[in-house]
Amino acid sequence: MTELVEETPRAKSIVLEAPHWAGHRAGQHVDVRLTAEDGYQAQRSYSIASAPEDGFLVLTVERLADGEVSPYLVDELRPGDELELRGPVGGYFVWEERDGGPLFLLGGGSGVVPLRSILRHHRAIASTVPVRLLYSARSLPEVIYRDELMRLSAYDELDIRFTLTREGPDGWRGYTRRIDRELLAEVAFPAAARPLVYVCGPTGFVETAANAFVELGHDPLRVKTERFGPTGG
Amino acid sequence: MDSLDGNAIAGLLYDVYGQEVTTATTICAHCGAARPAAELRVYLQAPGVVVRCPSCDGVVLALVTIHRVTCVDARGLDALEPEQ
Repeated sequence: MTELVEETPRAKSIVLEAPHWAGHRAGQHVDVRLTAEDGYQAQRSYSIASAPEDGFLVLTVERLADGEVSPYLVDELRPGDELELRGPVGGYFVWEERDGGPLFLLGGGSGVVPLRSILRHHRAIASTVPVRLLYSARSLPEVIYRDELMRLSAYDELDIRFTLTREGPDGWRGYTRRIDRELLAEVAFPAAARPLVYVCGPTGFVETAANAFVELGHDPLRVKTERFGPTGG
Repeated sequence: MDSLDGNAIAGLLYDVYGQEVTTATTICAHCGAARPAAELRVYLQAPGVVVRCPSCDGVVLALVTIHRVTCVDARGLDALEPEQ
């Protein structure tokens, strides 16, 4: 581990040098295994936050109160420490340019992590596929990669929007509501445009969104979902 | 009980099948529903890992790892066709 970046009060990005890393595709995960002195092992799967082109591996981990692995990664890990990684794993929630678009990315909370890898990959290869991201967070301080997303929104190909479900700061011009069919009908590319949709977030968030996309007439085969939750901590 | 999906056990499934299978098409032995393994419902807080069909809730896979050996019950799985 070479660097620790505090993204929000509860989430940190862990920057890793992985000398034998075989490379990954945007959206894939890595399994992190911790071994205690008595031999007890705990393993969790984390989405990779960096693009394949970044040259280093970044995991963004949110501390879960009852978690077995995330409190160690967020609070205890120090630069110079080593982690046992296995990966990349998963080939489903992955975007490559040949998959095309337009691309609609929907993230809830730390579900934005694999979407950030997709966005960075899109920029690294200077793709012209139109991308729209809707990121739902509780409040502005809980928005992960806030500054980076603001910077990325300057690109013509990228349309980045936020919805805050608990409170918006004074002067906030983004949405302040939970995602539902009406919001997705307003923000997402219409079904007729045949967008590729990637949804990542807590299970309830993903279920709500997946059902809404079907009701809005989207082809279920073009809606990819990834759920995470406290059981993954 | 909170469930995740097949993406969460991509590494475990790789160990069992020796290749990436979250993109493979599964067919549920209980109801015949077909979907990518990534879209199956996964329960990690059972003793071991229980994988259920989102259509009929039937158990498709159960995996238990003891002393580094993983035992797999795949009787609920009629087919697992890797992506071409």
